[in-house]
Amino acid sequence: MAGPVLEMRSIVKTFPGVKALSDVTLTVRQGEVHAICGENGAGKSTLMKVLSGVHPHGTYEGEILFEGEPCAFKDIRASEQLGIVIIHQELALVPYLSLAENIFLGNEHATRGLINWNDTLRHATELLRRVGLDDHPETRVADIGVGKQQLVEIAKALSKKVKLLILDEPTAALNDEDSGKLLDLILQLKEQGITSIIISHKLNEIRRVADSVTILRDGRSIETLDVKAPETTEDRIISGMVGRDLEHRFPERSPHQPEAGQAPALEIRNWTVHHPIDQQRKVVDDVSLTVRRGEIVGIAGLMGAGRTELAMSVFGRSYGRYAGGTVLKDGREIRTKTVPEAVRQGIAYVTEDRKHYGLNLIDTINRNISLSALDKVAKRGVVDEHGERQVAEGFRKSMNIKAPTVFEPVGKLSGGNQQKVVLSKWIFAGPDVLILDEPTRGIDVGAKYEIYTVIDQLAAQGKAVVFISSELPELLGMCDRIYTMAAGRLTGEFPRAEATQETLMRQMTKDKEVTR
Amino acid sequence: MSTDVTAKTPAPAPAGKGGPAGGDGLLQLMMDGMRRNMRQYGMLFALGLIVVLFAVWTGGDLLLPRNVSNLVLQNSYILILAIGMMLVIIAGHIDLSVGSLTAFIGSMAAVFMVKHDLPWPLALVLCLAMGAVAGAVQGFFIAYGGIPSFIVTLAGMLIFRGLTEIFLEGQTLGPFPEGLQKVANGFLPEVGPETNYHNLTLLLGLALIAFVVFQELRDRKRQQEFALDVLPAKLFALKLVALVAAVLVVTLLLASYKGAPIVLLVLGVLLVGFGYLMRNAIIGRHIYAIGGNLPAAKLSGVKDKKVTFLVFLNMGMLAALAGLVFAARFNAASPKAGLNFELEAIAASFIGGASMSGGVGTVLGAIIGGLVLGVLNNGMNLVGIGTDWQQVIKGLVLLAAVGFDVWNKRKVGS
Repeated sequence: MAGPVLEMRSIVKTFPGVKALSDVTLTVRQGEVHAICGENGAGKSTLMKVLSGVHPHGTYEGEILFEGEPCAFKDIRASEQLGIVIIHQELALVPYLSLAENIFLGNEHATRGLINWNDTLRHATELLRRVGLDDHPETRVADIGVGKQQLVEIAKALSKKVKLLILDEPTAALNDEDSGKLLDLILQLKEQGITSIIISHKLNEIRRVADSVTILRDGRSIETLDVKAPETTEDRIISGMVGRDLEHRFPERSPHQPEAGQAPALEIRNWTVHHPIDQQRKVVDDVSLTVRRGEIVGIAGLMGAGRTELAMSVFGRSYGRYAGGTVLKDGREIRTKTVPEAVRQGIAYVTEDRKHYGLNLIDTINRNISLSALDKVAKRGVVDEHGERQVAEGFRKSMNIKAPTVFEPVGKLSGGNQQKVVLSKWIFAGPDVLILDEPTRGIDVGAKYEIYTVIDQLAAQGKAVVFISSELPELLGMCDRIYTMAAGRLTGEFPRAEATQETLMRQMTKDKEVTR
Repeated sequence: MSTDVTAKTPAPAPAGKGGPAGGDGLLQLMMDGMRRNMRQYGMLFALGLIVVLFAVWTGGDLLLPRNVSNLVLQNSYILILAIGMMLVIIAGHIDLSVGSLTAFIGSMAAVFMVKHDLPWPLALVLCLAMGAVAGAVQGFFIAYGGIPSFIVTLAGMLIFRGLTEIFLEGQTLGPFPEGLQKVANGFLPEVGPETNYHNLTLLLGLALIAFVVFQELRDRKRQQEFALDVLPAKLFALKLVALVAAVLVVTLLLASYKGAPIVLLVLGVLLVGFGYLMRNAIIGRHIYAIGGNLPAAKLSGVKDKKVTFLVFLNMGMLAALAGLVFAARFNAASPKAGLNFELEAIAASFIGGASMSGGVGTVLGAIIGGLVLGVLNNGMNLVGIGTDWQQVIKGLVLLAAVGFDVWNKRKVGS
């Protein structure tokens, strides 16, 4: 076994009023892929910020040894000089500059302030090849997909002579195909001697690429496990993260029994949507589906399959150009041309991107919860603030939103708690049909269970739930019926009993090749 | 009622020690409250500081009843504009046209009343309607046309300035009918027996005090009914005393001169009305929501286009009101009227706590910001600082106010 390339000893980091890291020790061996996992708020990102110099030396306690030498980084530049490069969850690329310009941003090939374009382009091409991209280095970043952008970030890291690459949830925004490519690349880089630290929620990814995994909980390092050892199962890792054995990852629910003769709560017929800019392209193609009261219906599909686009288009034509199709509620055709109309008809759409489409981050919990149904706490156009506060307090307790008061700005909450606020907002609107788009994306295991419980309760109350997800285990654990989508079309429908990860995945990828 | 008994029995014991501890708690609570609303309290504090500074510097002239009255009249049009501008900025936009629109409406008022001898109340309504239309046209291009507000109102700024000069043919036009002058420049009428004070103003002040106390008590009682946290009794009493004292001082100052200017009453109505609208009305919430996160507001069913349109319509109407007040005060419409008013109103909004990215700010903040600038203007005039240095100082104050806010946020955030 190779010796340690990095040692972080007894790191303590305190913010005013909060101890983010109370005692973290991390040892990363030369040439390995080391995963770090833990619930949101466990201190993963803070730890990496300490390591990369975002939190400079002196603002934390403990010591960092890189290649045996003690380090005292005063900023990111200092850590990059030693070959420690961090790639953040939110990509830091400039969309309207070229790939080459982005790769060498802040690190240009230049003499006396003038850029040497020949060197830049040649070197950029080389780096792009190394990460498996064959795009021209003068392509604008805005013109390539998120998956490729992630690879450009890695090319940028390589240009800095990286020795230790830190990836903060690199696949959070990627589809399975792109994720696969990225993980392969990490393994390739490992063969070239580059050590990686990867922060991830996705246990299957950790099992695929990592050699060891360190688990953080409540600002402490709990344990480091050898991923290749047979006793390190996913359940073993999860129990380390939550500090308890998680016997059931999903609430027990008895399958929904449809009542004969009752019209479905929501029926979508022949729904077709064109791309907003490229109007020849059908993003959603002739989709028909039904959801009954009390039923949870899953839509499984890879990114780009048209799931979100279908949901947003049905919800007030919020995406693309409508090209045909009808929506029926309880057997009657309804108009959902605008969002207020859809809301009035009892439809709610909980977005997959809560930060951009779900919440006003600078506003408080109570005002976010009431926004889509203000008239419920208002008389003649005037909001009753006390009533509103009571409503919000109710949700804070029932949904277990962790915040001292409902006057906390939503931006200060963790991902799981933000998601609870979005859910509260739409539950307060009192819909009959809830379309949940990736409701557990980017939130920790404990909060996931709480959200599953809420979804289960909603169904038990007789609401119709559409559950869109790319995590197959959660669809299998929660849904009564699952549709699969690929390339804008429905490709299959399975009752819970007949669905397995393999059969679903086959339908999710099937038509994609055919249509191309 | 058993809860009352159990609550009361142990009370005497901690009460003895509770004195100093309670005092610390009070201070702590005040500090917490201040920190949470740093920008507004900070500016209120700064306003107080500036008032005291100039009061001392001018040997008390700043707070002479006549000057206080003057201060209100001098700044009324900027304050009116600042209220509208605050709404525009909260919605995530900007309006550069209000200075020119102010002049344009002034010129129209002169055309109606001086050239065509229309009765002044009719002309006033016509002018307000024209302002609303001007705002609505700009709002239409911004909300439904999707053109950035900076561009639309920059165009508006040029267009309205040009139209003003066309209508006035480059000349100053006046004087206005006496009725309008009395409204814009006048005071509440004298009534009742001869005292050393202006009776109606005193009455109004007392009524305002009664209203404030009633409102605060009712709010507190309702909060208790809903079993929500309330301010501790001591802090609540302190707040009440401070409020009453502030109203009382201003009332006495005004009442010992000619009484409350009518424009002050108009401003008061606007402040309370728009403050209530932004805090309690659904449309107010929607304005904050579209400024805070437009896509999220849209997906929550907020009619963003309609709200944006209305915000600009309202700004146009308030600009018209400011234009009328300004023209009547100087008793003439001038092609150079309202120069840089848009910048003063924008500065007032930012000093008063607005954010460039929208979604933040209060109507009271706009008034405080406007008063900071107004007192600075007035005070510097009194001590004889030239307009050259006045501009430099106002610029520095704007920079300092926003800089302080950014610094404070960073400190809290990290």
